[in-house]
Amino acid sequence: MKDKLMDFDKALELFEPVIGLEVHVELNTKTKMFSAAPNIFGAEPNTAISEVCIGLPGSLPVVNGKAVEYSISLGLALGCKIAEHSSFARKNYFYPDLGKNYQISQYDEPIAYDGEVEVELADGEIWNIPIERAHMEEDAGKLTHVGGATGRIQGAEYSLVDYNRAGVPLVEIVTRPIFGTEGKAGEVASAYVQTIRDMVLALGISDARMERGNLRCDANVSLRPRGSEKLGTRTETKNVNSFRSIERAVRYEIQRQAAILASGGNIIQETRHWHEDTSTTSAGRPKSDAEDYRYFPEPDLLPIQPSAELVEKLRAELPEAPAKHRRRLKESWGFTDLEFRDVVNAGVIPQIEATVALGTSPAQARKWWTSEILRLANERGVEAEELVTPAQVTDLDAQVASGAITDKIARTVLVKMIDSGKSAAEIIESEGLAVVSDDSALEAAIDQALAENPDVLEKLREGKLQAAGAIIGSVMKAMAGKADAAKVRELLMAKVSE
Amino acid sequence: MSEITPETISHLANLARIALTEEEKELLATQLDAILDAVAKVGEVTTPDVPRTSHPVPLVNVFRNDEEVHTLDREAALGNAPDSDGTRFRVPAILGEE
Repeated sequence: MKDKLMDFDKALELFEPVIGLEVHVELNTKTKMFSAAPNIFGAEPNTAISEVCIGLPGSLPVVNGKAVEYSISLGLALGCKIAEHSSFARKNYFYPDLGKNYQISQYDEPIAYDGEVEVELADGEIWNIPIERAHMEEDAGKLTHVGGATGRIQGAEYSLVDYNRAGVPLVEIVTRPIFGTEGKAGEVASAYVQTIRDMVLALGISDARMERGNLRCDANVSLRPRGSEKLGTRTETKNVNSFRSIERAVRYEIQRQAAILASGGNIIQETRHWHEDTSTTSAGRPKSDAEDYRYFPEPDLLPIQPSAELVEKLRAELPEAPAKHRRRLKESWGFTDLEFRDVVNAGVIPQIEATVALGTSPAQARKWWTSEILRLANERGVEAEELVTPAQVTDLDAQVASGAITDKIARTVLVKMIDSGKSAAEIIESEGLAVVSDDSALEAAIDQALAENPDVLEKLREGKLQAAGAIIGSVMKAMAGKADAAKVRELLMAKVSE
Repeated sequence: MSEITPETISHLANLARIALTEEEKELLATQLDAILDAVAKVGEVTTPDVPRTSHPVPLVNVFRNDEEVHTLDREAALGNAPDSDGTRFRVPAILGEE
């Protein structure tokens, strides 16, 4: 069923959007939150599990101290107060993504609370996002629904469960309602999540790859009529797995809710699922009341009381805040406002930073990440960072800088690097893509071209230099674009004066 | 004083994914009520200056180092499951959630 949508500007005329964001960050500790099973991505199903991860009777959780430190660091980076006393709670629900039938989380005593994060939009506008809390919990396993036409839960015959992800340490960061974003609601949401991404990368506490689910965002959206103080009923859109999608999902919900409210309908408080392919949301389950989770203090775990010394030590080690860091990068890279905005919009600051750190010039790093890589990413519907690593870009750019390949060929090599995972040098070697500046090979191609265009030499001798273009063109064609054009011209002119 | 109604029991049974007959609901409503009353007696002796505890032992900050990787053999893990495909646990499709 297709949702009715109201024109975005019209929706904003009638209603004020209020957004709230929940971001889940998977920590990159070596082991899981409550057991010594490895915290790894991409392993064979159920090979990174322990008794605790699958909830075997009698197994007991023990808190990963490193995960607690990471959570405190993140709390501090979010400008939060760190709780002097914090505890875990059981969130009870029956779904096979956790074998225990409850998730260990935190409820009324989160590790961090009351913070604020500075977020800078692409146009330089600053937003201070109020943080309500950041709490620790464990991730759930992964279900694959089998049978049914679409692979979705509806019509599935059974589900297969992989518990490798169960028990991976998570920090959930919850904002307070964000008011006054108006037409920029989606942009603010996306910029906020990017800031969290930059923050956890700088802290080194998460791999922060959205496509792998290291960083996940649930976007709460509600509308209230202009002039009304009372918050409207909100929906929570899940499964929003790219920065681009966050912006689009928020916009979509504003338009969808406005259409319902304007026609006299009511918004149902529910989970909505974002569909990347159609850029729409669909109704999920009705949002459970918190009391249905029957939270209670986790009896298997003891409270956490971080010492002031530990908190201050971690505070002293905090990296520069993302917005501040960003301003410093812009300065040191020497980008114009416009160039930097492209970089911000492309969401590739960390990539450029890493590429520059590996020795590529800022200008070249920017060129790669905001043009060819971005184009390929869009074409394939993925994030730029999924396509290629900063090390690969540096590897490729070094080949261009040394003159081994032309700029044009480099783009071909890039695609082959992405698809094969091989190094630039390997591809250039095996595919014979290196620039040909070998005189004899070029001479042979020139002679061949001259034989096919017998009048050219004469024209050149008459001083009609544009005639050289035809020869250079056909030499290029014969050598699949790999000929060193300057060299060809030089050899050709030598023949003219023979 | 009966606060637990058969409707509350139905709701809880649904959350717990268990099927109950009407007779069982009636019975459980009465029993849970009695249990709640008994537990409520504790409230009579609590005082505001006693902090809440979730654990009888006065211990905090018990942590594990982020090392000593231990994994459960997959075959052993799946061995106890009612059903599997050899690599993953197989469970009935559950509708209404995703």
